[in-house]
Amino acid sequence: MVDPADITNTTLAIAADYENRPDALIEILHRVQARVGHVPELVVQTLANALNLSRAEVHGVVTFYHDFKREPHGRHVLKMCRAEACQSMGGNALVKSVEARLGIACGETTADGNVTLEPVYCLGLCATSPSAMLDDKLHGRLTKARMDALLTAVGA
Amino acid sequence: MSTRLFVSRDAAALAVGADEVADAVAGAAAAAGAPVEIVRTGSRGMLWLEPLLELEIAGVRYGFGPLEPADVADLAAAGLFDTPLAGLLAHPKSLGPVEKIDFFARQTRLTFARCGVIDPLSIADYQATGGFKGLTRALSLTREAIVDEVMTSGVRGRGGAGFPTGIKWKTVLATNADQKYIVCNADEGDSGTFADRMLMEGDPFTLIEGMTIAGIAVGATKGYIYVRSEYPHAIATLKSAIAIGRRDGVLGGSIQGSAYSFDLEVRTGAGAYVCGEETSLLESLEGKRGIVRAKPPLPAHKGLFGKPTIINNVLTLAAIPFILSEGGPAYANYGMGRSRGTMPIQLAGNIKHGGLFETAFGITLGELVETIGGGTASGRPLRAVQVGGPLGAYWPTTLFDTPFDYEAFAARDGLIGHGGIVVFDDTVNMAVQARFGFEFCAIESCGKCTPCRIGSTRGVEAIDKIIAGDKPAQQLALVMDLCETMKFGSLCALGGLAPYPVVSSITHFPEDFR
Repeated sequence: MVDPADITNTTLAIAADYENRPDALIEILHRVQARVGHVPELVVQTLANALNLSRAEVHGVVTFYHDFKREPHGRHVLKMCRAEACQSMGGNALVKSVEARLGIACGETTADGNVTLEPVYCLGLCATSPSAMLDDKLHGRLTKARMDALLTAVGA
Repeated sequence: MSTRLFVSRDAAALAVGADEVADAVAGAAAAAGAPVEIVRTGSRGMLWLEPLLELEIAGVRYGFGPLEPADVADLAAAGLFDTPLAGLLAHPKSLGPVEKIDFFARQTRLTFARCGVIDPLSIADYQATGGFKGLTRALSLTREAIVDEVMTSGVRGRGGAGFPTGIKWKTVLATNADQKYIVCNADEGDSGTFADRMLMEGDPFTLIEGMTIAGIAVGATKGYIYVRSEYPHAIATLKSAIAIGRRDGVLGGSIQGSAYSFDLEVRTGAGAYVCGEETSLLESLEGKRGIVRAKPPLPAHKGLFGKPTIINNVLTLAAIPFILSEGGPAYANYGMGRSRGTMPIQLAGNIKHGGLFETAFGITLGELVETIGGGTASGRPLRAVQVGGPLGAYWPTTLFDTPFDYEAFAARDGLIGHGGIVVFDDTVNMAVQARFGFEFCAIESCGKCTPCRIGSTRGVEAIDKIIAGDKPAQQLALVMDLCETMKFGSLCALGGLAPYPVVSSITHFPEDFR
């Protein structure tokens, strides 16, 4: 979604679902980001007006939580677990191999806008490590070969 | 009658292909013209056996796993749908009766009694297995009597702090207010833990029942479950369960025809570890930055929206239905010392038999990791285990005689936390793990207090110098000093406990810091 009018209307409609309650700000931001793809400045301003908050308050929330992105991400998002259980099963080496294959570091998006690689601190799959989430699908007991196959399947 | 088969829909099972196995079973059954019913359950918790297929014959469930979709045709040929049991049980993937598997048979499943057994979204299944017995009994008691049962049970906060739950409830009961809240902390962020997730996905009505009892006990009519966004399957299951509960009169006005009303809402976190800290979670529930609040006031006096609030972990609330149905003394009968009842322990990381093991307090760390967990998955020598998540201590094998008990762990400068145990083999570098302890704290610090915000970053820098061999002895003294400041000067457990993995690594594995 790129048209400012669309973004504003979508944001206002979602906020209205929550009766413009300020305590629902995080729920609203999740849904807006799911539709818009990220949380642009326009959304911050729109929500501040709708929920009767200051822009600083909305900005503070958007920037506090790791989930909310200020920039558009790639067509695919690969979240790789960086926490201890996955470390114990070679997770760090797996992340390095993916970084090398994609030519980006964790937290970046490939130049063609295909894949964003993000760290995640635990998916709760700690007995089937190392694990990752590609778009909406979970993957456990990953090996370099399985990860390569997943990346090939999304054209990366 | 159709054959009943069971495949888990737990996220960990899905991550290793449970959906694909279930599809293969359905496909093979259709091809064989066999009438089958495939029930999607939670997980039994034997995660090294997932995807696990269970076949019910005369009330006994036989297991097969871990399966690949390709194994299903083989099982079908061995008689999966026409059950000449002898041939089937000789199959290399056959595990025999699931509940006879040693890992499962050795457990005391009070909280996880139904997980992996029933369809998580079937109220009929829930009731048929003793569901709502605790709630029914609670409705026949006075508020004080309900809280007394919880006091008698001796249950302590399973999120990590271990605070006596009964005292929390008593405080909220005694505080007068026009509105009170029940908040469930399902922000299970510790690496190596997944018990909350499994319970929410595998038996959500136990949590709903526990929260409803809490509401009745203290006079709260509204509850929130704050679930981390990394758990989309748990969120979806809870939302479905709540909708079903409202439809069937389990939630909403006049619970079971009584004068009590109670309703629930699921709120999604947004990727901040610190929101597992109770006051930070309350801020987040109010739609704000997850900044820690100074205590007092306690949440029991001024919690969500300034109102008296019970805030408990998933496992604490999920223990309540048993405590009410069987009585506080029945729960307190399990355990040791001041650690009463059972703990759902999670065996994770580099471990052969990883999964969820619910047992009474008192079992030793070594028994858990070596006897039940079977040692490392890699087959290499075991070097360290971290207990209690990223803020928990690392333990060497020389301390494996420590019993799993709040006080015994504290006496050896560790904590049981949320009951997660992450196993590492001898390839681990403890200086790197100590560095990660600081790094994680720096990433997740809410920023309110200086020891946590600045200390964690300085800690990373100092350990980097040790690893680089730049005056290591001097840097080590600095790290220990920093840890002292963080432990005693931080506002909450994030900065206050971050020294545990660092100091324990330095104490027990000094050779990695030279």
